[in-house]
Amino acid sequence: MSTTATKEPSPPQDFEVRQQESLGLRLQHLLHGNPTLGPLAVLIVAIIAFSLANSRFFSAPNLSLVLAQVTVIAVLALGQTLIILTAGIDLSVGAIAVFSAILMANFATKLGMPGILALLLGLIAGTAMGALNGSLVTRFRLPPFIVTLGTLSIFLSLNSVVSQSKTVRGSDMPDLMTWTGTTIPFGGFRLTYGSIIMLLLFAVFWYALSSTAWGKHVYATGDDIEAARLAGIRTNRVLFSVYTVAGLLYAIGAWILIGRLASASPNVGAEYNLDSITAVVLGGTSLFGGRGGVLGTLIGALIVGVFRNGLQLAGVEVVWQGFAIGLLVLVAVSLDQWIRKVKT
Amino acid sequence: MTTPVLQASNLTKRYGRVTAIESGDLELYPGEILAVIGDNGAGKSSLIKALSGAVIPDSGEIYLDGERVHFRNPMDARAAGIETVYQTLAVAPGLDIADNLFLGREERKAGVLGSVFRMLDKGHMRSEARRHMNELGVATLQNIGQAVESLSGGQRQAVAVARSAAFGSKVVILDEPTAALGVKEGNRVLQLIRDVRDRGLPVILISHNMPHVFEVADRIHIQRLGRRATVITPQSHSMSEAVAIMTGAAEPPPHAA
Repeated sequence: MSTTATKEPSPPQDFEVRQQESLGLRLQHLLHGNPTLGPLAVLIVAIIAFSLANSRFFSAPNLSLVLAQVTVIAVLALGQTLIILTAGIDLSVGAIAVFSAILMANFATKLGMPGILALLLGLIAGTAMGALNGSLVTRFRLPPFIVTLGTLSIFLSLNSVVSQSKTVRGSDMPDLMTWTGTTIPFGGFRLTYGSIIMLLLFAVFWYALSSTAWGKHVYATGDDIEAARLAGIRTNRVLFSVYTVAGLLYAIGAWILIGRLASASPNVGAEYNLDSITAVVLGGTSLFGGRGGVLGTLIGALIVGVFRNGLQLAGVEVVWQGFAIGLLVLVAVSLDQWIRKVKT
Repeated sequence: MTTPVLQASNLTKRYGRVTAIESGDLELYPGEILAVIGDNGAGKSSLIKALSGAVIPDSGEIYLDGERVHFRNPMDARAAGIETVYQTLAVAPGLDIADNLFLGREERKAGVLGSVFRMLDKGHMRSEARRHMNELGVATLQNIGQAVESLSGGQRQAVAVARSAAFGSKVVILDEPTAALGVKEGNRVLQLIRDVRDRGLPVILISHNMPHVFEVADRIHIQRLGRRATVITPQSHSMSEAVAIMTGAAEPPPHAA
């Protein structure tokens, strides 16, 4: 965040100075104004590079696979983006998603509920878990990192209790539960219903963030919570809504996860926490809040998917994929720091 | 005697054993700039916060246009027509000028777009923002869609003052508006404060900057040890006398205004 500038040149001079800026400074300004440009460039370069490395990469079946692979992470990262925009962080994202999936599956199988009821209850459970995070953050004013670290443990523990560490097979569940994994042909592509839901969710939240008062309040709260409060925004209400909506998104992610794996496993999802944060950060949303957006996160999730898939096709061993992703994250965060130091 | 627009009477506020305001009184009359000065810990901030709803006094009364009011939070005070610009600049740096002007009171589009889809009327908010900025002579801002963080300190302050002037219907309270500014920018903001008063809005100005206070204030309220020591005018007393009263080096004279 730039500090209150006191020794600024007067506007006319400022304008002249800007004319003589170096290329680096101009780039800095450009990225500052359009934070998704950087991630988009990375994504395009990566796609071109991997296409050159292996011709099979840029084929409809493979790109369909990449999209299917990133769908769950993208939905979770969408919820994570909302929270990070308010300068928070959610470590319980994976736990909420997996526990919601286990609940939905067990409601439908063990309790024999109809699919629609099991799904609805699962979505409500995820929302409630998000709301719990939200109320701890707002009522007890605990740091989101600590809150979600605690609930992560609690949800995972409950998850083990409910699931008895057993995987529920998709074939035992009502069709609705695995419907998200069904594919429909789309040209040469095969889109899953889960991916379509994911893209719709991104469209909805892109709209909500850019064109509604709620969206402005989310940004203002993350930017400077005290300033937002003094401007008359009920910041606690904003924060609570963000955590609650994120919980709902994680539960929708859980539904898509069941479809993708054709099962509900209590042991999947440990890596979802970091993957979702990775997607958000790669997408140019700042961990300090108030800056970024959901389009960047979609691109960020695609970058992770493209790298994983592309490196595999290029014959890079799996163990090195994490290395590459980690490197990308560090570059992205350094870039964010550089952009934030923008001089006016 | 005219009724004060805003009046505080016998306010007290304690934080544990610390007494921030002890029988706090204040009167703001129509069409004036009332400066509030006082040493650190004299209770200026607490007094102002009580008037703007950010602090709930333990006892005492606040009257707006002669009617008793109870502010439970800053929103209540705003709804009653009291706008406050806080020292910390209540602007969100990442949002643009128009967004900041309408922060917390965004306008939605008419019809289904607004009621169902909650779509903001960005076009209208922008043109209104431009009008407000122009009205106060803040014409240097070409682009109303510019992020506030890209503005200089004075320009940010101008945005905050413009917001309070645009939405305040009764009183504008400015807390140290020139503290972080250079000479030139400070003077521009002073002019802005005069413009706000000349448009008919009385202003309460909290400041440590004596030259600024003496330049724009119509009356000067001196706060000392949690209570009002006296009220003077720039004509009745000199700057050094004001400082002497403020610090307790001189006995406070009876109210000169």
